[in-house]
Amino acid sequence: MIFDLADILPALPEMILATLALVLVLVAAYGGEGAKNARRVTRIALGGIVLALMLIWSGTAADETAFGGMFMADSFASYMKILVLLGTFGALYMSITPLAKDDINKPEFALLVVLALVGMMLMISANDLMSLYMAVELQSLPLYVVAAMRTNSLRSSEAGLKYFLLGALSSGMLLYGASLVYGFAGTTSFSGIAAAVSVDQLPVAFIVGMVFMVSGIAFKISAAPFHMWTPDVYEGSPSPVTALFAIAPKVAAMALMMRLTYGAFGAIEAEWSQVLIALSIASMAVGALGAIMQRDIKRMMAYSSIAHMGYALAGLAAGSHQGALGVMIYMTGYIFMGAGSFAIILLMRRDGQSATRIADLQGLSRTHPMLALGLMIMMFSMAGIPPLAGFFGKWYVFLAAVNAGLVPLAVVGVVMSVIGAFYYLRIIKIMYFEETDEPLDTDMPTANKMVLGVSIAVILLFFIGLSPLLEAANLAATALMTQL
Amino acid sequence: MIDNWPILSIVTFLPLAGVLFLLLIKGDEKALAQNSRYVAMWVSGFTFLVSLPLLIGFDSSVAGYQFEEKAVWLAGTGIGYHMGIDGISMPFVLLSTLLTPLSILASWRAITHRVREYMIAFLVLETMMVGMFVSLDMLMFYLFFEAVLIPMFLIIGIWGGARRVYAAFKFFLYTLLGSVLMLVCMLAMYIDAGTTDIPALTAHQFAETMQTWLFLGFLASFAVKVPMWPVHTWLPDAHVEAPTAGSMILAGVLLKMGGYGFLRFSLPMFPLASEYFAPLIFTLSIIAVIYTSLVALAQSDMKKMIAYSSVAHMGFVTIGIFTMTEQGIAGAMFQMISHGLVSAALFFSVGVVYDRLHTREISAYGGVAAVMPRYAVFFMFMMLASVGLPGTSGFVGEMLVLVGAWHASSWVAFFTATGLVLGATYMLWLYRRVMFGAIVNDEVKAMEPMQMREFSIFLPLTFLVLLFGVYPMALLDVMAVSIQFVLDGLSASGLPLMAAN
Repeated sequence: MIFDLADILPALPEMILATLALVLVLVAAYGGEGAKNARRVTRIALGGIVLALMLIWSGTAADETAFGGMFMADSFASYMKILVLLGTFGALYMSITPLAKDDINKPEFALLVVLALVGMMLMISANDLMSLYMAVELQSLPLYVVAAMRTNSLRSSEAGLKYFLLGALSSGMLLYGASLVYGFAGTTSFSGIAAAVSVDQLPVAFIVGMVFMVSGIAFKISAAPFHMWTPDVYEGSPSPVTALFAIAPKVAAMALMMRLTYGAFGAIEAEWSQVLIALSIASMAVGALGAIMQRDIKRMMAYSSIAHMGYALAGLAAGSHQGALGVMIYMTGYIFMGAGSFAIILLMRRDGQSATRIADLQGLSRTHPMLALGLMIMMFSMAGIPPLAGFFGKWYVFLAAVNAGLVPLAVVGVVMSVIGAFYYLRIIKIMYFEETDEPLDTDMPTANKMVLGVSIAVILLFFIGLSPLLEAANLAATALMTQL
Repeated sequence: MIDNWPILSIVTFLPLAGVLFLLLIKGDEKALAQNSRYVAMWVSGFTFLVSLPLLIGFDSSVAGYQFEEKAVWLAGTGIGYHMGIDGISMPFVLLSTLLTPLSILASWRAITHRVREYMIAFLVLETMMVGMFVSLDMLMFYLFFEAVLIPMFLIIGIWGGARRVYAAFKFFLYTLLGSVLMLVCMLAMYIDAGTTDIPALTAHQFAETMQTWLFLGFLASFAVKVPMWPVHTWLPDAHVEAPTAGSMILAGVLLKMGGYGFLRFSLPMFPLASEYFAPLIFTLSIIAVIYTSLVALAQSDMKKMIAYSSVAHMGFVTIGIFTMTEQGIAGAMFQMISHGLVSAALFFSVGVVYDRLHTREISAYGGVAAVMPRYAVFFMFMMLASVGLPGTSGFVGEMLVLVGAWHASSWVAFFTATGLVLGATYMLWLYRRVMFGAIVNDEVKAMEPMQMREFSIFLPLTFLVLLFGVYPMALLDVMAVSIQFVLDGLSASGLPLMAAN
């Protein structure tokens, strides 16, 4: 294959990050072992992410494809990539705190994250079954490794293994589905598939393939009933890794889901919409009810993210421009809620040991008033209480659902959000209504302060920035709907 | 010049400026606490002063919205920043801005820990309350309406009594469940009308079956807020556990959000459904009036008794609104304002003795009148206003509601009147047991007399209750045109109005 400039330019951010990853391999290998080198690698990686962010931010709004249509660079991709880059930046930035005495203070960590990031960005831009699968694998493999990064911890190894096994299973489903779709459509490009499905009679095998593909991606966004791995992986992985898992890959996989359903399978909305409705209701229910029983805050966040994916899927199930817009607004709030919450969860330490039981938050409002205030804002936002970011996300996804005639789905959704509010309130109760004699450590690194501060500001003032955000999301949704 | 000032926005967001200031002040715990009290007092007092031009500049002969402010928020989506007041919302705005400084004054000595956070919660609460009453955009209304839950949850949960956690959760989840159903209806309305502007929605005709569903959705939310039987059970818990000032605001303003919602949304926007469901509302309200009065009789806790009496009084309000007559709605409005003043004063009365004896058990008192004579006078006055003694604001509201109810159905009027008798019974009995009789509890003897601070809280409330009782037109005039406007809307929708206009 001959590369020319027209191919390289749309994919420049990915190229830069991929090259950076290769450079980082050298830095990691020759820069010596230990925390100092790890910090150096992380800082370089952060610089690369900022560069990529700036490139995408200033990029042209025109929709371009590259590499024979396998790679799509449109405003939808830009929007989602900005979210992914921001989320990854936050998670990576917080991992270099001097507090993180975990074994993840290794040079490989940032390197693997950058590789996964390239994978995520390719997922968002995937416009062909081949590039889709390649991107998913590129994203997954480094993440399996970082989940098991804490080599002397049984839980971490368990998390890595579990993530790997179930991830491999989901990749298998994705691949099997893709092969059925290819078999029918005779092409791997999304536009070709979209043209092929615009016929009256579709063979059942094709629908089966579509369902397999959707299920495979549902694994990646941890929508119920494909959520089993999430709580264990969240709990077992080192906290900075969990922070990353909770934010960036979800956005990328959601973007892929949108690309696939709205793009390739756009003509058979009636078929996939049912699947998404089922996934949505199951996720909202599992997320809301499962979280109530949890004692570990990371497990709780896992269930919370399952519920959030359920709400986002409710917008997606609408199958409309409005639905796509709703999901984008939702995911925007989601990454900041996730980043803000994990900025605090990462600080939950007692005598240098991480203490992530929910009960460890007892009396936080007395010992760490600012952290408690921050976490309270995050929790209210996740519960969807206005005027915080989480509310607007729910407003737009349910708006799309109601507009598409899915009123029962919206009603189930809002009722589940009330059940969900219970466990978010429980966190606030433990922080504010209870006292403690064993305060958590008070060190507060700049990284966490910055991430928390930015997240709080975004969530509190979301309504001010909503207008330009809507404009951008509107543009992105239009690009998504008309990409072919 | 002052005409062009965005007074409503200033009144709404001024308390938030106080919050920023409170976040910045520093000092040791004691100085911080004292400074926080003063800052909150001054900010809320100043907010009240700023809200006075709304009263002075209000033109009660205009049916539309006044002091309107419009700004672009989400361009091209039919959602905008829109504020304004009419005769229905203006009294509530002033009630909110008046009760907030009074409640802050009421918590001067009662709140001793986390004073700064407490004051922040109250100022945020004020912004949310005022914002809700002045919003003329449905989404903005919902933002404020829901956001009220956050500070109130914290006020009950942090500074409340023994079972505060249970009460705070119950309050929050009950209200939230009602509100989210309303949210789904709001989405449907937005989709149908293409805008969330309240005046535009009022002019929009919703299809009849749709109205039915929308009405039920809004009812789910407002019925919890009012609260109506059988979804009132959060209220006694919340009141009993909340600190005195929390109860004052809860009873004084937050309960009115439901009644206000009925008048702003249900009646004007879903007239056919309102007509259809009026008998249901009457039934629920009558059960509330009689049942909760009987329950109040059986209480041994002062605050709980007054809380149940609030449910009964709010039953009058919902009856009045759904008679859809001029007298009924005016009576409901009057009753809401009156109840706002009276119940705040009654909860404060309980707070006064609670601060001294640290119990709310009626049996622990007796003979208080001998020790605190001035307090006894105020308490008696408010108790009589609550019962509906002529010459107090309570009488006017109840009388007008009864007249309206008579137009609707004589049975409704009959049962409503029964509630009045029961109300008089439990209140007078409460007063006798607390105030008169021999002093059995030695601690009562040692109770200190009323302070200047407490006096200055009672005084404005007493003055207003008396003013509205003697000269009800002061309030009725303000509301008349706006109420007529609502009724005109109802008759325009083809309803055979029961009013003897």
